[in-house]
Amino acid sequence: MKQTRRTFLQAGMAAGTVAVAASAGLLSARSVLAAWPKPAFEAKSVTDAIKALAGNSSTVDSADIVVEAPDIAENGAVVSVTVKSKAAKTEQISVLVPENPSPLCASYIMTDGTESFVTGRIKMRKTSDVIAVVKADGKLLTAKKPVKVTLGGCGG
Amino acid sequence: MAKKQMKIRAWAEDGKATVKAIVFHPMETGARKDKASGQIIPAHYITEMKCEHNGKTVLTCLWGPGVSKNPFLSFRLNNAKTGDMLKMSWVDNKGETEIAEEQIK
Repeated sequence: MKQTRRTFLQAGMAAGTVAVAASAGLLSARSVLAAWPKPAFEAKSVTDAIKALAGNSSTVDSADIVVEAPDIAENGAVVSVTVKSKAAKTEQISVLVPENPSPLCASYIMTDGTESFVTGRIKMRKTSDVIAVVKADGKLLTAKKPVKVTLGGCGG
Repeated sequence: MAKKQMKIRAWAEDGKATVKAIVFHPMETGARKDKASGQIIPAHYITEMKCEHNGKTVLTCLWGPGVSKNPFLSFRLNNAKTGDMLKMSWVDNKGETEIAEEQIK
């Protein structure tokens, strides 16, 4: 008897999970854009990644962009990086690590509703610069910060 | 699916709000090998994270395998006040997804 009850409960729970998954899937189809730029994330060089992301790769160094990252990262698997932009009309902030197998780590699309500021954690294979590319008013502004990595974080 | 993987904290100050969020997610690059079996661990990472403030999209994060395990995100909202609703959702390369809502404190 007990066995039957258990089986019945499990079946019920499984059905419930599927229903939740289905409803979440429906919601996500509406609320999440399908604009993930695969070529940019698969690019093997910084230039290619920027080109795939922004259409061109002509960047200008700018003092308006500030990259905050530790001077020495003991664990390359978790490197906290903050990017601030003082440039007007900041549209997009991207974080790249040239020494990673795929340089593009993350890209943030900003709107009027947010300050031009974002913090995230990235992986770094070895000691390298962290490059921030900010798209502002149609231009690509960059800034970088060298980070020394004592233990690589990309595995393999 | 049923397990909650995302934590959000948001608080308002002087008309602006600071948002901090963390998602508990493996963020596998697809390059790592399982030490015991020698098999490559398949890639499993969040590709997109979307943040909505009072129903309006304010930030879209495009993430790749280069983002750390259990990704953390912090940003600031303009024109936000206590009681505003914040909705965040993510989707990963396997199609898994989660939506969470939080009120700004």
